[in-house]
Amino acid sequence: MLIQGRSIAKGTGTGPLLITDTPISFLGGVDPKTGIVIDETHPLFGKSVAGKVLVFPYGKGSTVGSYVLYALAKNHVAPAAIINTECETIIATGAIIAEIPTVDRLKGDLPKDGIVTVDGTSGTVSFAQCG
Amino acid sequence: MELDKYDQALLNGEYGETKQKMMEILLALGKIYEAEKFIEVKSVQVSGASFKTIGDAGLSWLNTLSGKAVVPSFLNPIGMPRDEWQNLGIPDDFAKKQLEVNAAYTRLGIRPTCTCTPYYFNIIERGDHLAWSESSAVSYVNSVLGARTNREGGPSALASALTGKTPYYGLHIVRNRIPQIEFHIDDPAATKSWTNAHYGALGIIAGAISGNRIPFFTELRPNRDMLKSLGAAMAASGAVALYHVNEITPETRFPFFKKHIEEDDREVVEIEVSEIDELFGSLEADVVALGCPHVSEEELEELAFLLENRRVVMPFYIFAAEEMKAKHPDLCAKIQNSGAKIVPDTCMVVSPLMDRAGVVMTNSGKAFTYLPGMCKATPLLGTLEDCVRAGCGE
Repeated sequence: MLIQGRSIAKGTGTGPLLITDTPISFLGGVDPKTGIVIDETHPLFGKSVAGKVLVFPYGKGSTVGSYVLYALAKNHVAPAAIINTECETIIATGAIIAEIPTVDRLKGDLPKDGIVTVDGTSGTVSFAQCG
Repeated sequence: MELDKYDQALLNGEYGETKQKMMEILLALGKIYEAEKFIEVKSVQVSGASFKTIGDAGLSWLNTLSGKAVVPSFLNPIGMPRDEWQNLGIPDDFAKKQLEVNAAYTRLGIRPTCTCTPYYFNIIERGDHLAWSESSAVSYVNSVLGARTNREGGPSALASALTGKTPYYGLHIVRNRIPQIEFHIDDPAATKSWTNAHYGALGIIAGAISGNRIPFFTELRPNRDMLKSLGAAMAASGAVALYHVNEITPETRFPFFKKHIEEDDREVVEIEVSEIDELFGSLEADVVALGCPHVSEEELEELAFLLENRRVVMPFYIFAAEEMKAKHPDLCAKIQNSGAKIVPDTCMVVSPLMDRAGVVMTNSGKAFTYLPGMCKATPLLGTLEDCVRAGCGE
């Protein structure tokens, strides 16, 4: 199964889906050393974004959040890829400098869980259909 | 997006890996904001200069970059004065990291101007396309000088510095610069006696109401320092990157603008003079901090006049561009004779100087907005004269 979206940051990444419908502020929201969500008000609180295909609507908060994405990558705890509903400046910039494949505006529905591959260069998401 | 040969060469990596990545950032922004093309910028102003704001993550990213800026590019205030930080109680480990940040930007060809007011030292013309990032400077060049820039983030401004390009969207396009909300004051006559601080207070209120819309003020007659104060506060309490004051700011005289003012609908809000007056507090100050944004020549002159033959009784800081300090040694000497300190290169918000400083008195609406969150200090708003009186224990 292949869903077309829009290319934001190039490269490919594969990992288990981690999905939230709440925007994420990376500065103060995610620990750059561990990749664990430390914002107590966020539904993903306590979960790790490391190696996941992180699905969220868009980024919010300080633009320094871009650098937090870079720090996550440097500490080997970055998401494998990012899928946004509507990407904005903080995430786009952070994903490019951290080399995290990123797409947005998917023209189809993702599964609720399982492993997917994001191709940020072509702007597509692919996954095996179960059942 | 439409790319020219140079854009394409940058993206292909023909100018190196850093510039390739920079162009990828600008291309992503262009896509997000649906720009049709890239345009050239005349100058760039880069924020994310203080180690206090960018931290280890930002510093380690800067250290991976190479290449040089291709247009005049100015650095925002850093976290301490470059030369005299030892006397101000700046922690050694902070200073060490800050010097590394400075070195990284200098290596990339960003001039270490360390000011939020580079428009005092460089000619900015009406209609110039720029890529500036410090919010108060963005507001000033757009509104007061009639140049055109979006509010860039640190990395996107750096990307424009290294490539000379920015995506053509938002405030670069004239039709996107028309007011979307209009403010009236209930007692316009009272505004005649307003100081910079009153305009800062107005900015706190109007910015919060405006959000990211473009405000339009009528009935006001502010000078340039008052406009600076108003715009800086609106950029802090809201996300205002451009505003207009009828018959004062340059674009309000354009026929295209006047036509839209007559024909377009927009929300109209009345602000009461009493709301402005209520923001002026009556606490006891522990510290006085002025120069947010960095002081102009006129503000420096006024301070020299007010502080002559007076003696400050508490820490009294005036934040200024190094270039302004160097240009006016006599005024600075008069001011420093009072015991007040003129601190270059940094400011009350991005340095650790005001961290937990107690009650900080200022005439800046912007500083008033940021001091609690950025410095865990209690802000107190006063006019310049109030600040001098309080600082001298009168």
